[in-house]
Amino acid sequence: MKIDGKRAIWSEYQKDIEEDHYFYVRSCIRQNFFPGSEVAFLRIMRDVLKKDVYEHPCHTTCSGIGYHGDVVPVDTAMTVVARQFALMTEAGYKNYVPSCITSFGLYTEILETWHHFPEVEERVRKHLRNATGREFNIPGNLAHASDIIYKFRKEIAAKAKYTLVNKETGEPLKVVDHIGCHYSKMFPSKGVGGAEYPYVLAGMIEEWGGEVIDYPERRHCCGFGFRQYLVQANRGYSVACSREKFESMKPFKPDMILTNCPGCPMFLDRWQYVINEMEGTTYGQNGEGIPVFTYEELAGLVLGFDPWDLGLQMHQINVEPLLDKIGIEYSPEKKFSLNTDPAVSKVKHFAKAVY
Amino acid sequence: MNKNVVVIGAGVAGMEAAGRLAIAGFAVSLIEKQESQGGHLNNWHQLFPDRRDGKEVSEYLRKLTQNDRIKLHTGTSIEKINHVKNIYAVTTSSGEVLNADAVVVATGFDLFKSSRKEEYGYGIYDNVITSADLEGMFQSGKIIMHDGRAPEKIGIVHCVGSRDEKVGNLYCSKLCCVTAVKQAIELREYLPASKVFCFYMDMRMGGSMYEELYREAQEKYGISFIRGKVSEASEAINNKIKIKVEDTLVGRPLKMELDLLVLMAGMEMSEGGKRIAAVAGLKTGENRFFAVADQHYGSNNSNLKGIFLAGTCVAPMNITETISHARAAVSEVIDYLNSTEKQRNG
Amino acid sequence: MDKFGFTISKGRQIDYDLNDRFIAEYIFEHEPSFRLCIECGGCSSTCSTGQFTLFSLRELHILIKRGENDKARQNIRKCMLCGKCMLVCPRGVNTRNVVLLARQAFQKENEHAV
Repeated sequence: MKIDGKRAIWSEYQKDIEEDHYFYVRSCIRQNFFPGSEVAFLRIMRDVLKKDVYEHPCHTTCSGIGYHGDVVPVDTAMTVVARQFALMTEAGYKNYVPSCITSFGLYTEILETWHHFPEVEERVRKHLRNATGREFNIPGNLAHASDIIYKFRKEIAAKAKYTLVNKETGEPLKVVDHIGCHYSKMFPSKGVGGAEYPYVLAGMIEEWGGEVIDYPERRHCCGFGFRQYLVQANRGYSVACSREKFESMKPFKPDMILTNCPGCPMFLDRWQYVINEMEGTTYGQNGEGIPVFTYEELAGLVLGFDPWDLGLQMHQINVEPLLDKIGIEYSPEKKFSLNTDPAVSKVKHFAKAVY
Repeated sequence: MNKNVVVIGAGVAGMEAAGRLAIAGFAVSLIEKQESQGGHLNNWHQLFPDRRDGKEVSEYLRKLTQNDRIKLHTGTSIEKINHVKNIYAVTTSSGEVLNADAVVVATGFDLFKSSRKEEYGYGIYDNVITSADLEGMFQSGKIIMHDGRAPEKIGIVHCVGSRDEKVGNLYCSKLCCVTAVKQAIELREYLPASKVFCFYMDMRMGGSMYEELYREAQEKYGISFIRGKVSEASEAINNKIKIKVEDTLVGRPLKMELDLLVLMAGMEMSEGGKRIAAVAGLKTGENRFFAVADQHYGSNNSNLKGIFLAGTCVAPMNITETISHARAAVSEVIDYLNSTEKQRNG
Repeated sequence: MDKFGFTISKGRQIDYDLNDRFIAEYIFEHEPSFRLCIECGGCSSTCSTGQFTLFSLRELHILIKRGENDKARQNIRKCMLCGKCMLVCPRGVNTRNVVLLARQAFQKENEHAV
């Protein structure tokens, strides 16, 4: 593998990401799947990087999950999205930052649609006016939350307490990066690094001391695919997709998987348990699974946040072997106890104040 | 007749045109931006379909252009082309101004830059090479993988940069299919223990003796042809190349591990040609090659009187066609110069 | 597994490297014209069997060449060996002999294979 060739491609796919003042919108499902991640993002942005991030209490689903699940028509999806843009406009923000990859994909798709078909935008503006009386501006900048962390990866590295290095061997940890399909497969130019060799997560891994694993099935979908998972009878297909990836990455002996999508960490994490139950196979070392992380969780770990404040106790695959490899301090007893970290409760209070 | 003709490009078409113009009695300036003449032919080991040595054709062209009436300017590019009455003033990169009664543009083609098909990983994966790289290996007599060992299982991908909307090339480059077949045969000759697979969308063997070569590749060399466009390549931990393709004739996806993947790079309008188009005001067509005045009977004529087109700067062509096209351009130049001479003598 | 209400779907990819192509090798050895097939489908369109059942000699050729032997085995007995396919083949493949040799090869593998 020639890294220079990849760097050449990465340099072609750079995107504008704004410096500050973000209108942040959460994901429908991440708060259930990985409840510490979005909180960690806010903590990193506000407390560590001292950035202005605004959350609007009236933000709803973008409806992307229904759109991709074939139950929400596109005009409805566009009108819902128009309403989110109206909230952003009313709050005085221009830089729109979704937490969810499918939201990001949907926003990108809709903005592209409006760009090429202004009459559709006009129609949606009318829908929104009729339904809510609201008006909106198109965001000046649309970036996924992982783009933002990518942008500040060096600042995070500068403040890091830990690096992605095996403290016993001194070797960099081998990290598989898995990018959500809707991040750049639909619009390669909208993702850092493009669609074939995305750099958004690889850049974080490199900067924080790890080694990126490029394995043959890196482009394969995690298998979530909305319809595939939502209908129970189709789940065999969903798990088979994840299995394809695990089989392909296994020879590289990855220490962990890093993701930037709501569905991917969920399925890459949970399906390892299901596959083990069904076939008795594990893919990590020493008969363990491969721990799966969101980029916020990993950034938080690197910055020295308490693993249990990051919600790592909610993972199916135990994260402790990885924490031990890095040498991260944690309290085993506190794993399932209620959180008392003042930094986290501060976020809670903030949320309350906005409501 | 004391006339000057400038020929731009000293590849196959330019050399043939220059040689024939000199024989017809014209003073020719043959301009080549590279340090030596010969064009792409210099890099090709054997030619299809008869597998003759490329050097033989190079030698023919070299002899043809050894003529006192031809002045060869290598390492020279074109800065400007100005048209005053019936004279073209061609300014070269060395500052010289050549006054020409007619100009033959023979700027040829560029090979498609295979790294643009990101999914094949050219320039990233160690064992992905192009058809041009493979010719270089044939010339050196060493067919090796990145680690120096001989490959045993080799895949050839047709239509890289051709018939592909994703890279903006809708056209067929026409020669890659037969090049693939020729290279597959050569590979089997160099490496008798190897297995060679060609992945094609359609086998376009529309030249004299091409189909016969294809048949020979199957019959004598046991080369496997699988119909389907390779969708992606990746590097496995053992450094082998894993490919995904649909075996379209059974309608099922197929995966395979290969030691070496060869990309059949298509032909594109050359960057040099594009520059000439810009400085001279020559029109280009949908496929970015020079636009010809008439597809059927004016394929040497450009939109400008006195500027003629020869060879692959108008469309993909094989060497036989290129030479014929260059000769036809010479015939157009002669007719044109005769007619301007008559007008002047009135 | 009942516990989950679904099972892990099997892939439908042809895994070329995993497959065993001994049937194809056997035919190549005894009937080299087998290599010449260009998958035009002339044989299948003229085939009496193919008009009424799911049988394609063209597809069978590929399946054997890829080592998808089980699929080929299920189908090959349908051929009635009339030889009409040989008349139409533009590449001169001895298609009838290909079927005979394939049956032989299967037979060698297992007494009751075909």
